[in-house]
Amino acid sequence: MKLRLTWLAMIVVAGSGSAAWADAPVAWESTYQPVASTPTLIRNATLLIGNGERIDGADVLMISGRIDKVGRGLALPDGGTAIDGSGKWVTPGIIDVHSHLGVYPSPGARAHSDGNEMTSPVTAQVWAEHSVWPQDPGFATALAGGVTTMQILPGSGNLIGGRGVTLKNVAAESYQAMKFPQAPQGLKMACGENPKRFYGGKGQAPMTRMGNVAGYRAAFQEAREYHRGLKRHASKREEQASRSRRDAPAVGGGDLDTPKRDLRLETLAGVLDGDILVHIHCYRADEMEVMMDLAREFEFKIAAFHHGVEAYKIADRLAQENICGALWADWWGFKMEAYDGIVENIALVDRPKGGCAIVHSDSAEGIQRLNQEAGKVIGHARAVGIEITPEHAIRWLTANAARSLGVDDRTGTLEAGKMADVVIWNREPFSVYAQAEQVFIDGALLYDRTDPARRPVTDFMLGQEVTP
Amino acid sequence: MSARIRLLAAIAAVAFTGSVFAQDLLIRNARVHTAAAAGTLENTDVLIQGGVIRAVGSSVSAPAGIAEVDAAGRALTPGLFAGLSGLGVEEVSGEPDTVDNTLALASPTNLPAHEPVWRPEFDMLPAFNPRSSAIGVSRVAGLTWTMLAPGTVAGGSFVAGQGGAVTLDGRYDAEIDGSQSLFINLGSDANTLAGGSRAGQFLLIDQALREARPAPSAAMAAITPGHGLLTALGRETLMRYARGGRVVFHVDRASDIRQALKLAERAGFQPVISGAVEGWLVAGDLARTQVPVLIDPLENLPRGFDQLAARLDNAAKLHAAGVPVAFTQSGDATHNARKIRQLAGNAVANGLPWEAGLAGLTRVPAEIFGVADRLGSIEVGKQADLVLWSGDPLEVTSVAQQVWFGGRAASMQSRQTQLRDRYLAPQGTLPRAYSR
Repeated sequence: MKLRLTWLAMIVVAGSGSAAWADAPVAWESTYQPVASTPTLIRNATLLIGNGERIDGADVLMISGRIDKVGRGLALPDGGTAIDGSGKWVTPGIIDVHSHLGVYPSPGARAHSDGNEMTSPVTAQVWAEHSVWPQDPGFATALAGGVTTMQILPGSGNLIGGRGVTLKNVAAESYQAMKFPQAPQGLKMACGENPKRFYGGKGQAPMTRMGNVAGYRAAFQEAREYHRGLKRHASKREEQASRSRRDAPAVGGGDLDTPKRDLRLETLAGVLDGDILVHIHCYRADEMEVMMDLAREFEFKIAAFHHGVEAYKIADRLAQENICGALWADWWGFKMEAYDGIVENIALVDRPKGGCAIVHSDSAEGIQRLNQEAGKVIGHARAVGIEITPEHAIRWLTANAARSLGVDDRTGTLEAGKMADVVIWNREPFSVYAQAEQVFIDGALLYDRTDPARRPVTDFMLGQEVTP
Repeated sequence: MSARIRLLAAIAAVAFTGSVFAQDLLIRNARVHTAAAAGTLENTDVLIQGGVIRAVGSSVSAPAGIAEVDAAGRALTPGLFAGLSGLGVEEVSGEPDTVDNTLALASPTNLPAHEPVWRPEFDMLPAFNPRSSAIGVSRVAGLTWTMLAPGTVAGGSFVAGQGGAVTLDGRYDAEIDGSQSLFINLGSDANTLAGGSRAGQFLLIDQALREARPAPSAAMAAITPGHGLLTALGRETLMRYARGGRVVFHVDRASDIRQALKLAERAGFQPVISGAVEGWLVAGDLARTQVPVLIDPLENLPRGFDQLAARLDNAAKLHAAGVPVAFTQSGDATHNARKIRQLAGNAVANGLPWEAGLAGLTRVPAEIFGVADRLGSIEVGKQADLVLWSGDPLEVTSVAQQVWFGGRAASMQSRQTQLRDRYLAPQGTLPRAYSR
């Protein structure tokens, strides 16, 4: 994935003279550095691994930012810290695939409204990361809810809203220092009411759902042509290079004009290459089917439908197409396309073989308690005879979320070798009374409910509670 | 709504018109959360006759022929309060034609222009539709009553108008007597309707009160202009509240809460504070005057500069100071009214005693809105609006298993349960549109 991105980048920046020095920062890449940590052993807890397994009375050993071992009776390395996990539950760090923290931060001042570039229905050139305000107090409250990774997306006002970014939930002065290393970017697209309402209301396209689809198709057709142009150019260069090697001394080949760089189409070309993962805000079942056809026509893959209040109606087809449903537990009715919401949606999307259900928030409040959202689903599913174990449900907010973000090889489970993104809960986590007691990111204790020195306070909140 | 549910609703509506038809029922062996002084009673029976609770105790003797329900130790609570909401006046939030909870007579889309725009006489009750799908969805989640609360929009006034409590049992004449209240929304949200300053809000209210008060003499009356902010009806309405009527101030910032309390005192209002995100900072002032609050304990982020001191233990701190605490939602209060239980649970997780958490969903809101003689607790003489739960009623994994209105079992189906059931079953030979 990384290589392919580089391939594209090399073509489009060829001739710009941007030689990358070893260790020098590369534009827009992550500068995240894990906080230093000592080896930590959590002993004798109930572990929900994230791969469907549960291990009672077991230990988790974290060394150098990684999960080193999981099992019973593990030894504490010299200089390490032991934590008594008796009565506690341990899960992978929670991952929210749909957040607007930083781009629609608190306080919701006018000056902070940075999530929707609603100046044109297709703004594939904008990147949510360029709007992220790292001082949003919502990052700290999400951390208290056990959230260690989140995808920050542009809003849903546009057909194609721009690129999303995956962040680690660490306090920093810049988004680059929060950026999840080597995580693919997302592309935010939106179905249905939002784009057509906004642009249609101005007498512009799209005004209808068919206008929406025409808009996606026009953009992807352009992208396809742009992408072909780049590829043609690359193969000509390759051909020329091999010819000049063969027919030494080099005779200058034909003049190869580098295709003009187009930031908007570059994003969509990244989608066609599979480097940028597609996340689509889409409520209705029929519209999700339409978007699956769009993906077929232009040969790209949809990572997840977000919100999908009607996903339960097409759960089998989502599973067949290997598309995740990133869903709420109970939101419905706030607009027409949300009228058919049911509380069992996540359970029904989860049900088919290969089903990929994700609990998401889209909310600075909801992100703090994704565990409770899952709890609602467990309770309602039980009432209709679907029993969902905690070790299964935890996947909705960890491993499945990681999969849709393309980071499941690094986080989302408590398996050896993964990033040590770990939450210790005071009890079974799917309860309204459950609280994250300690949260580790890459092995570093960055939240502790009982230790104010281990709780981040953003610059914005600092001093606001001072009383005379 | 299927024909069957319509029929059930119709039966329920008939039943409530007279106690003759109301259900008699004995619920055995419940964990009874009375929400009253008795607290929680294990292995307890509740006898209902004529729709009213007649006995609460162990081994209550069964009148001949009475229907019995074995609760098997499960939790029984009073029917829950759905918070301040638009249930029955808001079908789909994004479709203005289906939303009736705001009045904006000066809106550019309204012709002819209606002057003035201040209409405290506006009362939401005539807009109430008991057949709204959101009511069924809320009912099966254990919510049995709500308080209709008008909102404020551009073109209207921050003196939003009146609302009242309604039962969610499906009857048309759903208003619960004695609950009518005036709603006034203060703080930064209302700034644009008060000349851009929150001080303007107080100026305008004082002006309206001056208009409403009877002129001290006939001579003075002659020189008083016909109307300024208010119509004749508006003046009458405002005066009714100025004689001790209940006024719900929606206000979050600590300093604004104090101003609202002062206003209530000089105006003669009986104040209730909703919102109160920074309430904990002025808990002493609220407790001293026993002014109750309706809060959303999930509000721990500064939505704006009015909520900078938001914190998760707001409910716990207010309760500890002696302030009566009830719950209401800041967000999706109508469609997701059922989320109110989660609010209470989180307040408990953050320091509020469990019994106070339940009381905030039952007894306290009933007391606030003047209906506690009938609703909000399981006590002899109270209306038998009850809910049987699969587990702890404040727990997100629990569900309502049976709801009773006046002792009559409500249908536990809603539009959502029917959608669920349609897609839960494997599709047969016919398309799903044929299954119901």
